Amino acid sequence: MSTPADAALDLRPGEAPAVTPAPRRRRFSRRAREAGLGYLLLLPAFVIFGVFVFYPFLRNFYLGFFSTPPFPGQPKNYVGLDQYRDVLSSSDFLDSLKTTITFAIITVPVGIALGILLAVLAHQKLRGIGIYRTFFSSTVATSIAVAAVIFGTLLSPQVGLLQGIQTEPSILQNPDPIVDISLPVIRSFIPSVSLVAVAVTTIWQNLGLSFILMSAGLQAVPDELQEAAEIDGAGPWSRFWRVTLPLLSPTIFFAFVVGSIFAFQAFGQIDLLTPRGGPLKTTNVLVYFIYDQLQFAKNDGKAAVLALALFGVTLLLTLVQFRFLERRVSYER
Amino acid sequence: MGRVAVKGVTKRFADVTAVDHFTLEVADEEFLVLLGPSGCGKSTALRMIAGLEEPTEGTIEIGDRTVNDIEAKDRDVAMVFQSYALYPHMTVRRNVEFPLKSRKVPKPERDRLVEETTKMLGLEGLLERKPAQLSGGQRQRVALARAIVRRPQAFLMDEPLSNLDAKLRVQTRAELVELRRRLGATIVYVTHDQVEAMTMGDRIAILDQGVLQQVGPPQDVYARPANLFVARFIGNPPMNTVAGDVSRVDGTVGVQIPGGVIELPGTLGSAVERRGLEHVVLGVRPEDLILGEGSPVRATVSVIESLGHERHVICRLEDGQLIIVRQAANVPLPVEASEVGLTVDASRLHVFDAVSEQRVDA
Repeated sequence: MSTPADAALDLRPGEAPAVTPAPRRRRFSRRAREAGLGYLLLLPAFVIFGVFVFYPFLRNFYLGFFSTPPFPGQPKNYVGLDQYRDVLSSSDFLDSLKTTITFAIITVPVGIALGILLAVLAHQKLRGIGIYRTFFSSTVATSIAVAAVIFGTLLSPQVGLLQGIQTEPSILQNPDPIVDISLPVIRSFIPSVSLVAVAVTTIWQNLGLSFILMSAGLQAVPDELQEAAEIDGAGPWSRFWRVTLPLLSPTIFFAFVVGSIFAFQAFGQIDLLTPRGGPLKTTNVLVYFIYDQLQFAKNDGKAAVLALALFGVTLLLTLVQFRFLERRVSYER
Repeated sequence: MGRVAVKGVTKRFADVTAVDHFTLEVADEEFLVLLGPSGCGKSTALRMIAGLEEPTEGTIEIGDRTVNDIEAKDRDVAMVFQSYALYPHMTVRRNVEFPLKSRKVPKPERDRLVEETTKMLGLEGLLERKPAQLSGGQRQRVALARAIVRRPQAFLMDEPLSNLDAKLRVQTRAELVELRRRLGATIVYVTHDQVEAMTMGDRIAILDQGVLQQVGPPQDVYARPANLFVARFIGNPPMNTVAGDVSRVDGTVGVQIPGGVIELPGTLGSAVERRGLEHVVLGVRPEDLILGEGSPVRATVSVIESLGHERHVICRLEDGQLIIVRQAANVPLPVEASEVGLTVDASRLHVFDAVSEQRVDA
């Protein structure tokens, strides 16, 4: 318990104690009071994060130590890190991870490239260009469920537009006389038709957001730079590669990082288009795998390990992107 | 280097006519200044020469080619923008090199030209910096270097000094004139600053509302403004202009203005007579007015602004119109609120038709 005298002694050198008129003595220094207020204001956010993020995260970690019994009602076994080792080295997990990475590799770059293409096309002073901008960004207003239903219909084997195409396991995994895909590593990353179908749906659904992001990025590039480049003798192609794209790089980097995280968390379209992880588990991405373990296998121990693995992979990926991609971004304005 | 010719060029945006039947010939190695208030169409005219805007009517020639159908990148002109428009992600070296690279100049030649140009502009130590790390004056030089490096037929400059502070502007103005002398360049220079126009241009072209008002050497434009707009636009403080009615007394022609009658010199009077003008506007520059007794025109001293080397005596005529008189600092100081006479050197009087606003010449 601090007394008024303590508080006065608490003053650091240079802060002469006020002598006249005698101020109201306070129990805590100004600094301590401000810090107290700061923590008080942080409290609501801390409670929300604690309840919905930190506690579940730790609890998840803890759950991973227990293996779920084969029959409901039996007690859980503490198995320590064994379950982590078993699950993370299982072929189920590795296949699922590969599927997830393949899904991200298809959806993220293609989505960004198409977004840039549409944004550049719509970045014109033309009558009625607003109509195109509205069309291009409209998928933002559709939910992934709507996208899944649209593409589910389009791709339906019975009534869809692409009925003739052989569906599974993959047209690409068939022996191909032109491209040598006999190398097992490459083979395993060649997507199945079902994964491509889900990826196309995802790209379409994300295109609106990608378009809006890239348009905003383009608007931040002054027109005068384009004009200067034009007078300096650069053609449209050269202007795009040497002026537009570098100045768009912060936006692209942002879209890349956020898009990758989204891709690693994709679930809705996969569940709706290819239930139960798709034919031969070809769309069994990590999030779906977790859901499958919880919902159908009722194996919450394994699901907890998978959830933590997803977190780790996403974190690692983001760090790698910041480490290797960000140096190519030019933030100067 | 080459000439630039603009022939009968009109530019309309929707229902606004930005430039109206503009005709102008800029000779090889001439420094021509396009001067006018903001929104007068001078930048649009420059952008049409550059190829950034397409004229609605008329033709543009650069060198010996008509360039209407030639894209900006192939017109062989360089432009300096008001914002400099440096590529923010490139170093100074790469900025200056850009026009050469775009034109596929071989590397050794490119290096030589970049080095030569940046040296000329005193940018040697800054080659590896990016524009964000440069001061305003340095950026301006980089923009100039980028324009100069490939020796185009003509330089187009859009208010290149207006983003500099006053002191740097005076310095850069002088450097630009020197540089131009060294390069022997054809320059079309857009500005709203009449000091820049007066000091830098071989000739000035004055635009108002898209219409060319007058073209000529700075001193000619100053001494013989073609119309009221030019008279009021050129000169600081501006020319005094007072409207009045033409009166004839004993065979001499005078103009009745508030506060007195001003007699026109014989030839000017007969010119007014010949045209049968009833209403005219008299113009006189502040330095051509003398305060003194014994003048027929009476005014009251309102405010005296002393600038050190000179002073501006602001007087009011009978009806409240302001008249500015410029005095040397060593002339006895008039008394504020006192009544004074305004004497005009008759040979320095400008007369304009009150209706057409055109100059009346003797």
